[in-house]
Order: sequence, then structure tokens, then C-alpha cells
Amino acid sequence: MAWNPQGGGGGPWGSGGGGGGPWGGGGGGKGPWGGGSGGGGQQPPDIEEMLKRSQDKLRRFLPGGGFGSGKGLFLVVLVAVAVWLASGFYRIEAGHQGVVMLFGKFVQTTNPGLNWYFPAPIGETMSPNVERINRIDVGFRGAVDQGRITSAARDVLEESLILTGDQNIADADFTVFWKVKDAGHFLFNIRDPETTVKLAAESAMREVIGQTTLEDALTGGRENIEDRAREVLQTSLDRYESGVTITDVKLLKVEPPQPVIDAFNEVQRARQDQTRLENEAEAYRNRVVPTARGEAARMIQEAEAYKEKVIKDAEGEADRFISVYDSWAASKDVTSERLYLETMQEVLGGVNKVIIDKSGGGVVPYLPLPELEKRQREAK
Amino acid sequence: MNKTIAILGVLIVVFGVLLSGSLFTVHQAAQGIVMQFGDPKRVIQDPGLNFKIPFIQNVVYYDKRILNLDPPSEEMQLADKKRIVVDTFARWRITDPLQFFQSIRTVNAFRDTFGRNLNAGVRNELGLHLLVDLLSPKRETIMERIQSRLNVTAKNFGIEVVDIRIVRTELPKEISQNVYQRMQSERARIANELRAQGEEKKQEIVANADRQRTVIVAEARKSSEILRGEGDARRNTILAEAYNKDPEFFRFYRSLQAYRNSMKDDTTMVLSPDSDFFRYFGNITGKAPK
Repeated sequence: MAWNPQGGGGGPWGSGGGGGGPWGGGGGGKGPWGGGSGGGGQQPPDIEEMLKRSQDKLRRFLPGGGFGSGKGLFLVVLVAVAVWLASGFYRIEAGHQGVVMLFGKFVQTTNPGLNWYFPAPIGETMSPNVERINRIDVGFRGAVDQGRITSAARDVLEESLILTGDQNIADADFTVFWKVKDAGHFLFNIRDPETTVKLAAESAMREVIGQTTLEDALTGGRENIEDRAREVLQTSLDRYESGVTITDVKLLKVEPPQPVIDAFNEVQRARQDQTRLENEAEAYRNRVVPTARGEAARMIQEAEAYKEKVIKDAEGEADRFISVYDSWAASKDVTSERLYLETMQEVLGGVNKVIIDKSGGGVVPYLPLPELEKRQREAK
Repeated sequence: MNKTIAILGVLIVVFGVLLSGSLFTVHQAAQGIVMQFGDPKRVIQDPGLNFKIPFIQNVVYYDKRILNLDPPSEEMQLADKKRIVVDTFARWRITDPLQFFQSIRTVNAFRDTFGRNLNAGVRNELGLHLLVDLLSPKRETIMERIQSRLNVTAKNFGIEVVDIRIVRTELPKEISQNVYQRMQSERARIANELRAQGEEKKQEIVANADRQRTVIVAEARKSSEILRGEGDARRNTILAEAYNKDPEFFRFYRSLQAYRNSMKDDTTMVLSPDSDFFRYFGNITGKAPK
């Protein structure tokens, strides 16, 4: 840990073997130890080779070296140690998180940038990506383009057929998006996170849809299902500190299963029919009622007109009568007689007349009524 | 001088070999048992650097992480005699490596054995529940009960079951067909209902419209009759007022009018010369003959 600040200024430190001078004593002691255990950690064949090589080097130095050989050997060891230490630099890419282990034991997490830690076999670093959002498709395999399943996708029925709360069967496809929340937990607590997330997701989704009716799942309940599935899934992953966070659960499709899809479409058609019938009725009403209102208005207007007309007529008639009466009152007898005669003249002037004298006695009057009528018809 | 360096070199090499044989690391995600000629000596569960006797002892490592166990799905019978296909999976980890080593030794062997145990446990538990329970919040409880049931046996293997999930509960194929048929008939019912409801609504609206029309027209007729009546009444009043001036003259005058209007050209009249009109017809005085 104390090496971190120095790790940052790695350049000057790494370049100079001389810079390592003060370290030389310690480094010398550590060198062979590190080398030995470095190779010996897990790969025995490598040690022998390394040993052989260092022995070769020694032999090369020994005969020719003489007095200077001790110094040469020391230098070689120094350089080896320096190189070994320099190999402790590691870079954490943006979006990744470094996990540092000392002899396999988790020590700490580090942030993106250049870092230094003891090289193998003492230290070990890992850097999982904690930003990348991973996706797992359940119920289908294949391409998805902007949330829509393309034709290349293939349905996996054994995954997508889900029993609903009302014991129907729904065909649901969904995608789970997850990312690493805690690199330490992610690396050391679960094995095969992909499978774990997938199985847990499937279980969660089935649990949630199993408590929803088919009708809800097909229509308004989608978002609710997504939310609850995410909750259930996150809870179950948190239970064993998987270090995984579920960013989203997206239901891509929820449909009735293939064998019954026709029946469901039939319901849709029926719904259309229902609306159509209602609309037709509305149209009828909208036509009939205003027409009736118009008719009513017409009747009232007619009655109104009749009333006015009758009153006016009466008034006229009354006025006429009064005028006639006034003139008649002036000379009653003559006027009466005149009126009578005029009227009779007019009346009798136009009609067919048969005059029979009652006192004519004995004569049986013959009235050829049919002939008269015939004549009239001809006259027309 | 050369000799000392040679001896030093040999010593370093021997030291290195000894060191590499005696030091070992246990990874964070692992745990190990130090074995001596196949005999477990020590259990190491903490990660870090450890020592062992070189050449004599070796280390067996086990995973310390949580592992998956996903046995094949099986058809099971529920308390209500319904048959379903259940797929469960378990999350487990080795808590006692020594026990694990002694009882089953390898993870693969364990998967095989415990997978059967798991399915048996699930079968026993589900035999007590109804299908509706599985499709309710009770599912959670059922899974917990299976877990505690299994953890009893788990101890014998030195493991702990962390979680049991029922992944899939499916109806067997032949029952699925029945479900589909039921769903179809249900849909047909709904479709019929919708159409009938539409028809109902239509009838209702049409009848309502007809009623409105009848009422509107009737009301209008009523109003117009009233208006006509008013007109007639007014007419009567006006005329009566006028005619009351001299009822005698009215009768005379009105009769003349009526004659004129009622006798049209196509009328045939049979008259007696005795009538008033013919007063002078055979009589210059105009007086009625005695």
C-alpha cells in the first residue's frame, strides 16, 4: 500500500537501477526468494529452467570475473529485482475497477489509472468491468434492435411460456440488464455470475407473473411486472452478496401462446364489433332525434300559424258582419229582401232545377236522376 | 573465493526449492485442505500465504464462492393431484471442506447426489401444496421451507444451501392442451359477451332515440293542439261578440252565406213553387193563396 504514491511516479524509479540503490540490500535479499517462489508458485518446470539459467550466468561470471565478478553478480541481481518490481505496474481502464490481492487475499479495490502493486507471485490484480451493462435475454435468442425483437430472433418456448396467476399460460420474452456493483463481491462470492443472474431472473419473472392475471400481464400490468421482477431479482442476488446490480428488466413481449392467439384476436375483433355497433346506434340517434325536433318545431309553427289565421279570419268575418249589419239596420226590409233574392238568384242560377207543383194532383212526377247525372258528366 | 560463491549458489538453489515446496497461497475465492499422504491434516479457509511440509504434504482446493446446482426438471404431483413440471435450482457453498472431502470428495459427484436430494426435497414439499399456492406470495414460503428441509441433509456434506429457487413450474404437455382449450373457450365467451354487449347498447340507444322522437313529436302535437284550441276559442269569442249584436239578422245573413257556399253548379234541386222565392210566380200580389 505504501507503494501506491511511488507507483504514480514510476518513471524515474523504474529507469534507474541506481535509484534502487537504497533498496539494493533489501532487494538482494528478496531477489532470489522472489525468483524462487515466483517460478515455484505453481509451475515447477519453470523453476528448473530458471535455476539452470542463473547457474549458467554464474558460471559465465565466475571464471572471467575474478575480483570484479562479485560486483557483476550483484549488478545482475539488482537489475533482475528492478525488472521484477517494474512488472508490478498495472493499468486500470476507465470503467473498470481494480481488485488487489496479497498472496491471494483480497486487500483493496483501486480506481482507474496507473497503479502499482507487488508483482506475482506476491501480489495479484484483477480488473472487472464495472461500467459495462451486460444483458441476458430470456425467452428468445438473437438480435434485438432498439427494444424490438427482429426477425432474426428465435423464440425459446420452454423459457418464455409462463404460468399466470389465473392458471393461464402467457408467452413472455424479457431482457435483464445488469452490471457489476462491487468487484470484490462479484469476483469472490459467486461463481458463474451469468448463469446465476439468468436463473434468478427467470425465477423472479415467473414468480411475479405467477401472481398476475393473464389479462393484466397482457395489458396494463407490464410496468408493474418489470418493477416487481427487478425488485425480486435484486433481493435474491443481494441475499448472497453477488455484487451484481440489476439496472433494468424489460419485458419485450407478452402475448398469449401461439395456439390461442387466434382466440385472442377474435376478442379484439369482438371489441371492434362492439364499438361499431355502439357507433351505429349513436349515428341513428343523432339522425333521429334532431329530425324529430325539427318535426316538432314545424308542428308548432303550423299550429301557431293556424291560430293566427283563425283569429284573423274571425276578426275579418266579424268586421264584415258588423259592417253588413250596420247597413242592414238602416233599411231592414228592403235590404233583407234584396239579400235574399240576390243569394237565391246566385244559388239557383247555377244548379239544375226541377220544380214540382204539389197541387198539380194526379201527376206522378218522374225524376230521371241517373240521366240528369249523365248529362252533367257530359257537360263537364 | 570461487568455492564460496559456488556453495552460496547451491545453498540459494536448495533454499529456493524448499521454499517453493513449502509455501502456498490460498486464493480469496478458495479454501483448501492440507493433506499428508492422502490424510487430511489441516483446513485453511482464510486466504493468504501458508506453509506446509514440502514433498510430504499437498493441498486440495475447493471453491469458497457460491455455486449453482441446477438439476434437470422433473414432473411432480401437487396436493391437488395436479401434475406439473418443476425446475429448481440451488445456490450452495462448501462451508466445511473437511466434511465435504470425507463425504463426497468432488464437486461433480456432489452435484449428482445432491441434485437428486434436491428434487426429492422439492417433491416432498410440493406434495403438500396446491397449484394456486405456487402462484401466490406463498411461493416464497414454499421455497424457504424446501431450503430448510435441504439444509438438514446439507450438513452431512459439509455444505450450506444458500438459496432455493423454483425456476419453472410448467404444466405437462397434455395438460397444456387442456389449458389452451380452456383459454380458447374463455376467449370465445368474452368475444360473445362483447358482441352481445354491443348489441345491447345499440338496442338501448336506438330505443332511447325512438322514445325521444315519439315524446318530442307528441309534445309538439300537444302544444300545437293547445295553440289551435286557443285560436278556435278566440275565433268563437270574436264572432259571438259580433253576431250578438243581432242574433236574428245573424241567422238570416249566415244562412244566406251558407246557401251560397253549399250549392254548387253540379247540384240538382227539386223545388216547390210554393216556396218564398216563387211568391210572385203565379201571384202578382205575392200573397200566399188562400
